[in-house]
Amino acid sequence: MNAKTVGKEDAGSLFIKAISYISITVFALACLFPFVLMISSSFMREDEIIREGYKLIPNHFSVKAYEMLLNNSDALYKAYGVTIFITVVGTVAGLLMMSMAGFVLNRKDFKYRNFFSFLIYFTTLFAGGLIPSYILMVKYLHLKDSLFAMILPGVVGAWSIFLMRNFMKAIPDSLYESATIDGAGDFRIYWQIFMPLAIPALATIGLFSALGFWNEWYNGMLYIQSPAKYPLQYFLQRMINQTNIQALINQGAVINTADLPSQSIKMATAVLATGPIILLYPFAQRYFVSGLTIGAVKG
Amino acid sequence: MHVLSRLKLHCGNVLRELLKNKILFLMLTPVILYFIIFHYLVMPGAYVAFVDFNISKGIFASKFVGLANFEFLVKNGDLWNITKNTLLYNFAFLALGNVIQIVFAIMLYEISSSWFKKVSQSVLLLPHFISMVIVGVFAYNMFNFKTGFINTMLVSLGMDRYEFYSDPGIWKYIIVAFKIWSATGYGMIVYLATIAGINNDLYEAAYMDGASRSQRIRYMTLPMLKPTFILLLLFGLGGILKGSFDLFYNLIGTNSVLYPQTDIIDTYVFRSLVGQFNFSMGAAVGFYQSLFGLVLVFTVNLIVRKIEPDSALF
Repeated sequence: MNAKTVGKEDAGSLFIKAISYISITVFALACLFPFVLMISSSFMREDEIIREGYKLIPNHFSVKAYEMLLNNSDALYKAYGVTIFITVVGTVAGLLMMSMAGFVLNRKDFKYRNFFSFLIYFTTLFAGGLIPSYILMVKYLHLKDSLFAMILPGVVGAWSIFLMRNFMKAIPDSLYESATIDGAGDFRIYWQIFMPLAIPALATIGLFSALGFWNEWYNGMLYIQSPAKYPLQYFLQRMINQTNIQALINQGAVINTADLPSQSIKMATAVLATGPIILLYPFAQRYFVSGLTIGAVKG
Repeated sequence: MHVLSRLKLHCGNVLRELLKNKILFLMLTPVILYFIIFHYLVMPGAYVAFVDFNISKGIFASKFVGLANFEFLVKNGDLWNITKNTLLYNFAFLALGNVIQIVFAIMLYEISSSWFKKVSQSVLLLPHFISMVIVGVFAYNMFNFKTGFINTMLVSLGMDRYEFYSDPGIWKYIIVAFKIWSATGYGMIVYLATIAGINNDLYEAAYMDGASRSQRIRYMTLPMLKPTFILLLLFGLGGILKGSFDLFYNLIGTNSVLYPQTDIIDTYVFRSLVGQFNFSMGAAVGFYQSLFGLVLVFTVNLIVRKIEPDSALF
């Protein structure tokens, strides 16, 4: 009797286990499928795409789209440059500003820390809206067509500041008390004691922030007019929606539009725009997951 | 007189604090300036919703029209349509999204192979890292009429091509599918962390008492996930009027054929800015969204404070 129930339960357990393995595998394949399709489409020959459409396994393999892109596209290189610039400047500036704010807001001898925390927090509850901020950016700050229009709106985030503050909370107060006794100033305590200890938090928040800037297209679409200042993702978005790609990819060489592998170039551009993320993903993922868990802890 | 002297004293306190902690104030200044300029200076700009905006005159010199902009939006039915779409999509994202995330978190927890666990967790999280522009590329890659992958398959099976980009009905499923696709890994990890936080001794005790795997899931894991689930659901409800602009815009773009079933508040506001230059109308919708959003967050927070005071936002 007893043995029978145990056997039955094992069957149930096995069933749950099997279902789990199968469902997760299927979902994981579904997660990978669009990437694989995009990559194999980028290596297709143009005539095959036109005749039969995008395929998972092409009949012929061709690197023509990549050749064309890498040899002729000034615009693509510029877009890469713009994205790298806003990612580096935005992430570094943001980390500096947010870590200083997190440090100050965590200081118990700083009398107005609750007031300033609320000032920051309230902006997550109520926003003026897209139209007023557009008018502010364009009419009053004169940021139309400026690279800073893509850096400033996302440089600092309320949640990241609180994440930073919560992380600094874990650093014992005695550390800076003894540093004060030794005569170190506030900024020196922040820079020489807190910053080295906060490296895990800086890595996590820096990753969030860099990812945001790398994937930036929205502010580019709103504020940027000169094609030379398009960020990578916006460049890609325009290319996908464009039928005549010639104007977008090159400014010098003359290519016969009929020979241009437009359909495969679209996918090749997408591959080149996603590439760095995929390459860095294995390293970045760890910090991302740990960031999620820090964020979950309420301070 | 008394008030004045108290004010003086208060100012004196602030000044003394400022002098004492001037380095700290200086370190905080960049962030505070940022929030004042890019958030607080924008807030009074919401006034544009109540005027007939004239770009050369600026916001505050334009003619005041009261609630006329709102009235217009209610009368022509736009406000109702985009509100309905935004709510329905977000309900679907929230309910379906959370259930799928929980199911996958439990399944992943039940798997014993740590190699499989690690790899599948990485793969499921991957979609979260790419921009929605890439998701738009994926959609083009799969659904476009002439060369899309699905149409390649249909033709090779001897069927007719399907015109996805002129069928509004099918896009609600595609949008929800891509949302689930991109959000499951992320949400799953939050639930997985909660399950991992459940005391292991409890599971062992249950095992000793002869509880089967399904009993353990049903009577232990699920009840323990309930608070997290309710909390995430409630906070999701607080943001139910906020649309995922980047997802919708990259899938639908400016394809007006699809608007009836895919237009949400955020895409509508965006179009009023970029396509029609109808600033006041867009701002009216934006203001309505922000105000109701605020009311919702406060309501939700009140409820959370009743049922789980520790998790309340404020």
